[in-house]
Amino acid sequence: MSSRERILGRVRRALADVEQDDMPYEQAVSRDYLRVHGDRGVEQTVELLAENLADYRAIVHRCTTADLAATLAGMLAARGSRTVVVPPGLDPEWLSAAEAELVLDRAESTPYELDRVDSVVTACAVAVAETGTIVLDGSPDQGRRRITLVPDHHICVVRVPEQVVASVPQSLERLDPTRPLTWISGPSATSDIELDRVEGVHGPRTLEVVLVTA
Amino acid sequence: MSGTFVGMPVFPPPAHPAFPKAAHEAVHNQTLRGNLRHATHTIRGKREKAVAEMSDWAELREAGKQIKDHTLRHLDRYLVQVEESVTAAGGIVHWAADADEANRIVARLVKETGEPEVVKVKSMATQEIGLNEALEAEGIHAYETDLAELIVQLGKDRPSHILVPAIHRNRGEIRDIFAREMSEWGRPAPEGLTDTPAELAEAARLHLREKFLRAKVGISGANFMVAETGTLVVVESEGNGRMCLTLPETLISVVGIEKIVPTWRDLEVFLQTLPRSSTAERMNPYTSMWTGTTDQDGPQTFHLVLLDNGRTDTLADEVGRQALRCIRCSACLNVCPVYERAGGHAYGSVYPGPIGAILSPQLRGTASEIDASLPYASSLCGACYEVCPVAIDIPEVLVHLRERVVEGGPVTREGNKVILKPAKGHAAERAAMRAARWAFASPRALRAGQRLASRTRRFHPRTLPGPGSAWSATRDLPPVPAEPFRDWWQRTQGGKGDKGAAK
Amino acid sequence: MRVALFLTCVNDTLYPDTGRAVVKLLTRLGVEVDFPMAQTCCGQAHYNTGYRHEAEPLARHFSDVFRDYEAIVTPSGSCGAMVRELYPRMGERARAEGRGDTLAATLAPVVPKTYELTEFLVDVLGVTDVGAYYPHTVTYHPTCHGLRSLGLGDRPRRLLQAVKGLELVELPGADECCGFGGTFALKNADVSAAMGTDKVRNAESTGAEVLCAADNSCLMHIGGTMTRLRTGMRPVHIAEILASTEEEPAA
Repeated sequence: MSSRERILGRVRRALADVEQDDMPYEQAVSRDYLRVHGDRGVEQTVELLAENLADYRAIVHRCTTADLAATLAGMLAARGSRTVVVPPGLDPEWLSAAEAELVLDRAESTPYELDRVDSVVTACAVAVAETGTIVLDGSPDQGRRRITLVPDHHICVVRVPEQVVASVPQSLERLDPTRPLTWISGPSATSDIELDRVEGVHGPRTLEVVLVTA
Repeated sequence: MSGTFVGMPVFPPPAHPAFPKAAHEAVHNQTLRGNLRHATHTIRGKREKAVAEMSDWAELREAGKQIKDHTLRHLDRYLVQVEESVTAAGGIVHWAADADEANRIVARLVKETGEPEVVKVKSMATQEIGLNEALEAEGIHAYETDLAELIVQLGKDRPSHILVPAIHRNRGEIRDIFAREMSEWGRPAPEGLTDTPAELAEAARLHLREKFLRAKVGISGANFMVAETGTLVVVESEGNGRMCLTLPETLISVVGIEKIVPTWRDLEVFLQTLPRSSTAERMNPYTSMWTGTTDQDGPQTFHLVLLDNGRTDTLADEVGRQALRCIRCSACLNVCPVYERAGGHAYGSVYPGPIGAILSPQLRGTASEIDASLPYASSLCGACYEVCPVAIDIPEVLVHLRERVVEGGPVTREGNKVILKPAKGHAAERAAMRAARWAFASPRALRAGQRLASRTRRFHPRTLPGPGSAWSATRDLPPVPAEPFRDWWQRTQGGKGDKGAAK
Repeated sequence: MRVALFLTCVNDTLYPDTGRAVVKLLTRLGVEVDFPMAQTCCGQAHYNTGYRHEAEPLARHFSDVFRDYEAIVTPSGSCGAMVRELYPRMGERARAEGRGDTLAATLAPVVPKTYELTEFLVDVLGVTDVGAYYPHTVTYHPTCHGLRSLGLGDRPRRLLQAVKGLELVELPGADECCGFGGTFALKNADVSAAMGTDKVRNAESTGAEVLCAADNSCLMHIGGTMTRLRTGMRPVHIAEILASTEEEPAA
């Protein structure tokens, strides 16, 4: 007998006392929880996102599409970034004013090469206001997961309000589970020393989020 | 690399003493008591605040409970579905009935890559099966990359908490371990390292980075697996998880069969309850979700090892099976007054605290001294049940397991129904309980006992010898009154006619 | 209203003053109290130590003794919780063991009629000011079963706040278990004592003369620790405070 058969057999015997029910799953669980907490307009939802991002030590900037290139160039310059990795599908306009050298992510580039890059700039798939979270889904304007992980400085551009949802339940509706997803809430952190939160471990220690309006 | 790499020891150590004995030292260790008190009280307050932000917490908790119960009731169906969807997404699924089989599978998979080392994301399942030691025996080094796991591994220590395995260490102790041990296994700690948490985190970052960048094989567990999509989820804070899940070419995830949720949508419940219950955050810094493999992004080979190791035996117990709802948040540890004073090591298991006290004796059985003592490692105060985000009634299961220990009876071990004998060492207690039941069966016997006590009350000491000293070593006994209430009641009909005081 | 006092075996044997206080208090409030002499023990210690089957005859006996009363009042949160929370569970377990509905049916009548004292005062009698007088500084420890199993909430505090002369002070870490836990106090004496010591130190820090609770089992443990630590504080059951009046003040 394979272990697969053994385990499935054990499960079935273990459940011998359980009454069969053919209730469809949608009815089997009562979901009386809220879809959204609180009653906010679009502006207030974006405001909450900014607040919660900042609460977990992300640095939040706001600008218009017209100012985006200048804003990003300024942020990179202020950081002193000489090299910045970009995902293949990032809007070329965004970094048109940047003085840093742009490094295009290639399939064959090694983690060591990425480790020598100063910054990374990406878009995002969705942002969650209630939790201060941005979610990346590996689309061409976000790139492979590693490029937002190894460099120490991540700039993420969120188009507001269209990419902002209020809550976790709303965000899942927008995401495609077949894509690799990374949920980011502030820079890397740890609570491992005396259960107190400290920012800055293995992931980017600086997370800057640009909320850009049309 | 110099020296012999020592991983985390397998649990339980061959003959771990019973809980009261193991707790004895911890209770009197003032440093440990201080560390635990500080850490658990810090997180308690924060958790309360994070939960209070959610007006629908009770509903989320109920939904989480129902999702998990439903999954467990149809676990065979969902296991097959997970296998199908992970396979369809490019993953390879393995089934492991016990720890040995899981370890053999993982060791073989690592060997097939030809790599001598692996990096690991913190995972309770791999600790439970003693994977690091099993790999070590095969000549494969496993590096723990979670900060707390690193502290434990470098300190040749044992984990004492589910979420924060080094909770028993304070910052000064951590500094000393880093300064002393890091050079043995790679990049040494920076010169003049102080005990500020930020500097300690930086030291870990530098030490582990070289291991992440060269890693070819990553090993993880998972917080959730979604049956309908084949998606695995790892919730973490530091980014070590992302490193292990995305940089290596091969990823091996060892996941307990109870970690399934049926649908993608179900994550909306647990992604709200887990972070707030564990680290008291609205959301943890990083959550990774992957479905099989993705071209050119992340590991190109993905193995999922589905682990039983006592879970189906636990499932067979209709009271005890609720323990399988656990999402490993550790809220129950952080509120537990017993855990706070005894520390995690006393539980003799990778699962300490209240959840460990009901999980270990079910996964491992109650044959050993430690496992038979764990159901009693609680005052049944109920704080654990109150904070549990999937409403596991831990006191209910504790009492149920106490019954199993003292009465024996039918249980399932490795898939087979067996009849347990009552545990040894409870004979005197059993006799006392029977005698008490006999005495209480009639008020007459009770009254005779009370009168005897009252008449001899002048001779009652306030401390006791022998077994009674368990009480009176630290607490005085109450004085026995001149007459029990029932005599007063009978004499006076509830104070209506006092017919003189008792002699 | 005719109610039965379910005093509990511990109170009957060791704390008759608490029983007398309940009788005095309820009588003052116009309640006709009976003490069924056949009562013994609810079986809690048996059940919680793992001897459920030994507890069953005690539970059946309890039901025989109390089932015909309108209400059953007990000055013990944990024994109240035994009847209300665990008797139904005993019935369910017997059913799951293939022993039918007999036990469940036998125990069912007493479950909804059993009240912990402060619950009975606030919910059934609808009073919070019971006309008591107690000129002391008091801190209140909500015992675990009262707090979490019965959900007594702020009822005891509301009753205490209405007592004339009583100054109620906050107990730090009030919600934390005192470490009694029945046989836990013996089986895990070290941890139990450490919890008790912390509870007593917290109580001491309030400067109160009296630590009050609604369960004498916990008070036995806390009080035994207090005298051993020579704190000078006293443990007092809430019934004795509520029974105390200006005419007949409690000691």
